Amino acid sequence: MARSLKFNIFRYNPQDPESTPHMESFVLEETDSMTLFIVLNRIREEQDPSLQFDFCCRAGICGSCGMVVNGRPSLACHTKTKDLPEEITLLPLPVFQLVGDLSVDTGSWFRELYDTVESWIHTKKAFDPTAKEERMENEVAEAIYELDRCVECGCCVAACGTARLRPDFLGAAGLNRVGRFLIDPRDERTEQDYYQIIGNDMGIFGCMGLLACEDVCPKHMPLQDQLGFLRKKMGITALKSFFTK
Amino acid sequence: MQTIYTDVLVIGAGLAGERAAIEAAQAGFSAICLSLVPARRSHSSAAMGGMQAALGNCDKGAGDCPDVHFADTVKGSDWGCDQEVARLFADNAPIEMRQLAHWGVPWNRVVPGKSMYFKGGKQFEKEEKEENRGLITARDFGGTAKWRTCYVSDGTGHSVLFTVDNVCAQLGVEVHDKTEAVALIQDGQTCFGAVARCLRTGELRVYLARATTIATGGFGRIYPCTTNAVICDGGGHIPAINTGVVPMGNMEAVQFHPTGIVPTDILVTEGCRGDGGTLLDVNEERFMNIYEPEKQELASRDVVSRWMTHHIRQGKGVKSPYGEHLWLDIRHLGEKHITGKLREVYEICTSFLGVDPIHQLIPVRPTHHYSMGGVRTNKDGAAYGLKGLFSVGEAACWDMHGFNRLGGNSLAETVVAGGIVGKKIAEFLQGAEVTFNSAVIDAEVKKQHERIGNIISCKAGTENVYKVKKAMQDALHKGANIFRSEAGLTECVATLQETLERARKVGLKSNGKGVNPELSAALKIEGQVKMGLMVAYGALMRTESRGSHNREDFTARNDRDWLKRTLAYWKSDADTLPTLNYEAATNIFHIPPGDRGYGKSEIIKADDVKTTDKG
Repeated sequence: MARSLKFNIFRYNPQDPESTPHMESFVLEETDSMTLFIVLNRIREEQDPSLQFDFCCRAGICGSCGMVVNGRPSLACHTKTKDLPEEITLLPLPVFQLVGDLSVDTGSWFRELYDTVESWIHTKKAFDPTAKEERMENEVAEAIYELDRCVECGCCVAACGTARLRPDFLGAAGLNRVGRFLIDPRDERTEQDYYQIIGNDMGIFGCMGLLACEDVCPKHMPLQDQLGFLRKKMGITALKSFFTK
Repeated sequence: MQTIYTDVLVIGAGLAGERAAIEAAQAGFSAICLSLVPARRSHSSAAMGGMQAALGNCDKGAGDCPDVHFADTVKGSDWGCDQEVARLFADNAPIEMRQLAHWGVPWNRVVPGKSMYFKGGKQFEKEEKEENRGLITARDFGGTAKWRTCYVSDGTGHSVLFTVDNVCAQLGVEVHDKTEAVALIQDGQTCFGAVARCLRTGELRVYLARATTIATGGFGRIYPCTTNAVICDGGGHIPAINTGVVPMGNMEAVQFHPTGIVPTDILVTEGCRGDGGTLLDVNEERFMNIYEPEKQELASRDVVSRWMTHHIRQGKGVKSPYGEHLWLDIRHLGEKHITGKLREVYEICTSFLGVDPIHQLIPVRPTHHYSMGGVRTNKDGAAYGLKGLFSVGEAACWDMHGFNRLGGNSLAETVVAGGIVGKKIAEFLQGAEVTFNSAVIDAEVKKQHERIGNIISCKAGTENVYKVKKAMQDALHKGANIFRSEAGLTECVATLQETLERARKVGLKSNGKGVNPELSAALKIEGQVKMGLMVAYGALMRTESRGSHNREDFTARNDRDWLKRTLAYWKSDADTLPTLNYEAATNIFHIPPGDRGYGKSEIIKADDVKTTDKG
């Protein structure tokens, strides 16, 4: 006997003067292999075509569909209903600007981050199209990719105590981004350069160590290790510059 | 009304669009990319497998060069590609891989020493040379003579897209995400930019540009079962089609991927088979080794998909509530390989299917995957029909893929073509003076405001957009799939024509205020049905089988009559069918039409094809 599922969904359309923030309930019969991707599209197509939410790849790769599912920031596309109780509450991710209903603006938030941490390889070398590529040990490449896997869904930011208190906090995603360049031999920035970016409360010293970021990361990024590594590295950098002054 | 001016407007912010924008920015021009989603969520990110480029660094790639890559690409296309373009691509691909390495892509590298690999379920040994230590390595993909596919674990698209978007941020290429182009601004001669709808507020905006580039990827969502992301809905093609003067090339050339998972049609990468995975039937027995003794599971995608469908029709499919399927077996690759090099596959199976591929078989079926067709351009990426309009990537029919593209060639095309076309755009801008006519701009804005108003007020009718969409998708699934016939395609065209009438009567159920998703769907539906008609009618008229286009009533590849490309126009709004013209598939033959070496080899020969020595 299929379960009847009740979805309590946050509704608000900021572009409609008559709309006010409220919760609305929808009931659906559960089907095999049902995910929240299937649920939300069915509600939109069968019950309320104005319902706003974001999906793109629907395969856990692109990071579009972050939302709070029964209190926990998650990717909706790979959340299976069989793992949830009969009553399910869906809220938009906090911290990010609300677009409407379950849709938030992660794009602007991350774009600002790229500028803040200068999220690109800093090198004085010019590309030579006639030369062979510079060599790199495969292990180094794999270590970089391990940190490059972040899909910027925003779940870690939504679950972060500091991010809720300080709008300028870089969050685990931003700090991990810096860590990615720090271990990349092609990036010529020094530890001092990185210290200028994250050696403060907006960066690594703002982290309170609550580590919900690691708990909710849908890509299982090693955020706890990464934050610990950066804190140590930046702490040592601070001490070094203290003694060399 | 907000009006934004830029030198280059790129519609789409995936790999092709951003790569082209980088070239323009490096030449000193301003560039803005419009995107439905933040750039890094573009569908390029989902391409897991890799990019083909003849670097020849790894042991199994030894002796590779652009000539061999070119030959594989032409064979793969079933001689439907433009050989000049395929050559341009193969020659530039190695340089582009190195460019990406310079920008920060963590390509997997050659590790010297002996290691084991699987082919067709059997284990073999290879040895990488010390002298190649640390150079960019490659994996095996279908339809290639050498191991040529450069990769970053199984997140190649993701990693390259992040890198390219980083370079965009560095160079000041703006990305206006949550923005949807709804119409081109043009006077029948020249393109001046686009009218776009902001998906944060629902308001219209005008983008004026000296060069406009369509780079919105594929249009798989006109089919019900596709590996494509939900944003791959033809949103960039429709404004071009609606001009009446820009043709779509080879829309009937649609690729089906052998391994979409059942039921959600999420793609598992060809890397599974490249690394030694096998296909099994209901008796858990292999069959590709019987149909294709040489290439086996690694024949090109059209061939594997066709044999899978054939095998299911022979009663060898596995029955399930979601229809029949076959099995993909990667168990023998072992836990380390599956959770390492194929981690994304492991995650997809466990998260979306509840299947553990280390111990269990993966249910797969051929599903819509790639659109070889699109906005027809010349080799510079300039669209036919409008000055100042370009197109690049899957959205375009640049035409290096012809009637079937090889795995690893499309992701490579995005950046290689992006670089080439981007340079051509920059060259075009050096000499381009554009006079913007406010009457043309105002008329287009007024037209779009009226169109939106009419859909909201249900002026033409109250057809439900989602029902109309389903009718379109079902018609294409039924009639324009892997195997095609005159009867099936005729019925498909007729159904789509009825659907077109309904699409013109769509009205909203909701109020249409702000970022209304029903309105977004409604604005596209008529254009999508037109695209469906281009696919089905083009397929009906093409009385041969070539690459992914398979006619059960015309089984031979007919080089005598069909060594040509379809150009589909939608000349007038009131039309109910596209107007089809044809042009030569290629003006230069480096390789004359021949046998692919896999798949069937029934060919009606052309008498008068002359080979040109390669330049």
